[in-house]
Amino acid sequence: MTLILKLKKKLSAPVSAECISPDTFAGKQESEIAGLTLWEGNRKRQLSEIFEVEGISGSSPSETTIHIKGDLSKTRRIGAGMTEGRIVIQGNGGMHIGEEMKGGTILVEGNAGSWLGSAMKGGVIEVKRNAGDYIGGAHRGSTKGMRGGVIIVHGNAGSEAGSHMRKGLIKIFGDADQFAGIYMKDGTIVVHGNSRGRLGAFMTSGKIVVCGKAESVLPTFSIDKINRKTKIHGDEIAGPFYVFVGDLAEHGNGKLYLSQTENEHLKSVELFL
Amino acid sequence: MKGLLVKDGFVFDPMNNVAGEKMDIAICNGKIVEKIDNCGVIDASGMTVMPGGVDLHSHIAGSKVNSGRLLRPEDHYKDVERKTPVTRSGVGYSIPSTFTTGYRYARMGWTTVMDPAMAPLKAKHTHEELNDTPILDKGSYPLLGSNWFVLEHLRAKEYKDAAAYVAWIMRATKGYAIKLVNPGGLEAWGFGRNVRDIDDPVPNFDITPREIIQGLCKVNQLLSMPHTIHVHTNNLGKPGNYTATLETMKSVENLANNGKPNIHLTHCQFSAFAGEDWRSFRSGSEEIAKYVNDHTHVTLDLGQIVFTNTTTMTADGPFQFILYQMTGNKWVNNDVEIETSSGIVPFQYKRKNYVHAIQWTIGLELALQIRDPWKVFITTDHPNAGPFTAYPRIVAWLMSRKARDEIMKKINKKARARALLPSIDREYTLDEIAIATRAGQAKILGLENKGHLGMGADADIAIYNINPEKKDLASNPKAIRRAFSNAAYTIKAGEIVVKDGEITKSVVGRTYWTNVKASPSLLEIEPELQEVFEEYYTVKFDNYIVPNHHLSAANPITVEGRV
Repeated sequence: MTLILKLKKKLSAPVSAECISPDTFAGKQESEIAGLTLWEGNRKRQLSEIFEVEGISGSSPSETTIHIKGDLSKTRRIGAGMTEGRIVIQGNGGMHIGEEMKGGTILVEGNAGSWLGSAMKGGVIEVKRNAGDYIGGAHRGSTKGMRGGVIIVHGNAGSEAGSHMRKGLIKIFGDADQFAGIYMKDGTIVVHGNSRGRLGAFMTSGKIVVCGKAESVLPTFSIDKINRKTKIHGDEIAGPFYVFVGDLAEHGNGKLYLSQTENEHLKSVELFL
Repeated sequence: MKGLLVKDGFVFDPMNNVAGEKMDIAICNGKIVEKIDNCGVIDASGMTVMPGGVDLHSHIAGSKVNSGRLLRPEDHYKDVERKTPVTRSGVGYSIPSTFTTGYRYARMGWTTVMDPAMAPLKAKHTHEELNDTPILDKGSYPLLGSNWFVLEHLRAKEYKDAAAYVAWIMRATKGYAIKLVNPGGLEAWGFGRNVRDIDDPVPNFDITPREIIQGLCKVNQLLSMPHTIHVHTNNLGKPGNYTATLETMKSVENLANNGKPNIHLTHCQFSAFAGEDWRSFRSGSEEIAKYVNDHTHVTLDLGQIVFTNTTTMTADGPFQFILYQMTGNKWVNNDVEIETSSGIVPFQYKRKNYVHAIQWTIGLELALQIRDPWKVFITTDHPNAGPFTAYPRIVAWLMSRKARDEIMKKINKKARARALLPSIDREYTLDEIAIATRAGQAKILGLENKGHLGMGADADIAIYNINPEKKDLASNPKAIRRAFSNAAYTIKAGEIVVKDGEITKSVVGRTYWTNVKASPSLLEIEPELQEVFEEYYTVKFDNYIVPNHHLSAANPITVEGRV
C-alpha cells in the first residue's frame, strides 16, 4: 500500500519529521495521518499543513510504502527508529534520515544530509546522489555508531563516514572526505572512489577498503602485507591492495585496504615488507 | 497575609514526633502557624504529608557540573523538557540544566538541596548557577581539605588562624560548610601523586590526612558551624578502603562534644569496599554499620547506585583518573591552582557486572544495617551513583523487600551468591523515610526551619498520594515509586509550586551561607592573604570575593565564632 506525501511549500525553518515512518503510519486512515503533529521551527504544525497527503497506508508497517515528493533538505529525522516498510524520498533528503532505524528500507533519489543512518541497527538505506557528513555515525558525544544494516551511497560522502561504527556495511561508490572510519570498532567501509585521507583515525578494529587513491595514511598505521583481492560480505573486490594495520596509538587491530595501483605515492612502504 | 490550610492529611513529622497522625497544617506568610482562617484549603485526606525533602549532597551547580554538561551532549539528546507557560525549557538526564534541576526536584517534593563541592576560585560561577536553579533553597560547600592556607596553618597547629581563614572563605565564597575531598590527596595530585592512606604525609607539606581531618574538625567546632565537616574519604573507590573509612571516623572520636555528630561521611557506599582487588572485591558495609551503630559522632549518606548511564564527577582528581583508565571513556581532569582538583568521566552501572552489583548491595546494606535512621541519609551523590531522579526507586527498595528481591534476581550471579543483602528483612516505614530524606538531613545541616512542620518552620511541604492506612506499601513498591516521583502537591514557602507532578509556579529559592561573627574582625587577615594572592593566584584578590549582590536571594546564617 502506498501513501504519497507532497511538500506544499518551500521550507525555511527546520521541520522535525520523525513521525514520517511506516511504523507511525501503518493502520491509520488518511485523515489521521494528516492530523499527525510535527514541529516547524518552534511552531507546532499538523502534517497536512506542510504536506498534501494522498493514498492509503498498509495495515502493518511491512506493507506500508511512503513516497515523499519535494525538496526535503530542511527536514530532520525522517524514518527515525523505523522497523519495517519502505520510504522513498523523491528529491533531496535532510539530516538524520533513518536515525536509529532497525529495519526496512529507505531510498533517497537526490542528495541526503548529514547523520544519514546514524546509530542505525538494521535495514538498508540507499542514496542515489551524495550524502553529507557522519553517515552511519554516532550522536554527538556518544560512542555508539552504526550497529548493523547497510548504507549505500552512489555519489560522494562527507567527512567522518562511519564514525564510532560497531557493525554493518557502508558502501560509497564516489569519493569519501577525510576521516572515514574514525573511532571505528568493527564493521566495514568500502570506498570505490578516492579518499581525502586520515582514514581510520583511532580505529580499534574493522575494515576500510579504498579502491581509488587515498591522499595520505596516518603515521600510526603500519604496512602489513599486500593482498591480491579482498572479500566484502561474499563479494570479491580485485586488488592488489596494500594492507595497513592500526590505529597503533589505540593498540588497534583495524585494517586499511588501499589499492596498490592507484596509490603509487605509497610505494615507499613496500621497503618495510 | 497569604494563608493556606492543608487539611486532613496523614502527617509525618519525625522531629516533632508525629508519625502518621491525621491533622491540619496551617500556613501563613510562608511559615507554619498554629491556626489560620479565611484561606485556601488543600484537601489532603487520604494522602501523606511530609516536610519538603532535603538533600545534603547533590552536585547541581558549579564549573565542574557545567563541564560535565558540555562533555556529554548524548546525555541530553533524548531527555528534553519543553517550555510551558510557567517553566523554561531544558534538558536532562544525569546532568540536567539548572532550571530543569529545580523543576525535577520540586516534582518529587524536594525543596532544599546542597551542592557539596565548590572550588573557592569558582564560587562566582557556582552562585550564578544556583541563582538560576528555581524553587529550591540551596547552598554550597567550599573545598578546603587540600587548600594551601589550611594545610599550612594546620601543619603549624595554628587552629585559630586556620579558623579565621575558614571563616573568611565562607564569607568570601558565600559557602555553607567545610568540605574535605580526599584530604591532602588533591594537593598531591597537583604533582601527579596521591596519598595512600590516612597516615601517608602529603608531599611538600609534611602533614597527614589524619591531621587535616582532625584540624578541620576542631576548626568547625571553634566556628560553631551549623553543619559538621563533610568528608569524602581518602582511597575512595578502591577495594579495601573500608579500613581507611573506619580510621577516618575513629580519628575524630575523641573530639566529639556531648555525643553530638562532628563528622559526616558522604556517599559512604564508595568508601565501604572490602577485598584486596576487584576480583576479591566484597562489601565492607557490616564493619562500617557496626561502628556507626556503636558511636554517636558519625552520620553518613548512601551514594546509592542505580543501574543506569550516568556521569561521575568529583573533586577527587586522582580517583577520576583511575576511573578513566578503567573505562577508557572520555574524561576531564583539572587542577584548581592552590585549592583543589576535579575530574569527570561518564559511567555505566551494569546489573551483570560483579563489582557494580556488589556496589548496589553495599548502599542498601548500609541503610538497612544502621539502626538509627537519624544517622544515615538517602542520596545518590547525584550524578555520581545515579541521577537524583532515582530517589523514588531507592525509597521503594528500602521500604519493600519485594522490590529489592526483584532486582536481586537480575543482578550478577556471583554477586547474588556473595551479597549480604538477601539476609536482611528490615523494611523502612514512612516515618523512617521521612527522617532519612528530610528531618535527619535538615538536622545535621543545622537548618532549624527545615525538615519539620512545627510552629515557625518554613512552609516547605510535600504531599504524596499514599494512604498509609489503606495500602500495604511493602507489597506494592510500584505505588511508592509512583507517589514519590510525582508529588500530589509541593508547597514552597507557602506557595503551591507543584500539583499532580506538574509545575504550577516557579519561585525563587534562597541561597544559604554561613556568616561567622568573629572578633577581632576577619578583615585583619586580608593583608596577609593578599600577599599570597599576588604570589600564587591567577586572579586578583578583589575579583576573588563573591559580593553579596551576586546572590539573587542570599540568606546568611550568622554564627558566633571563637577565633
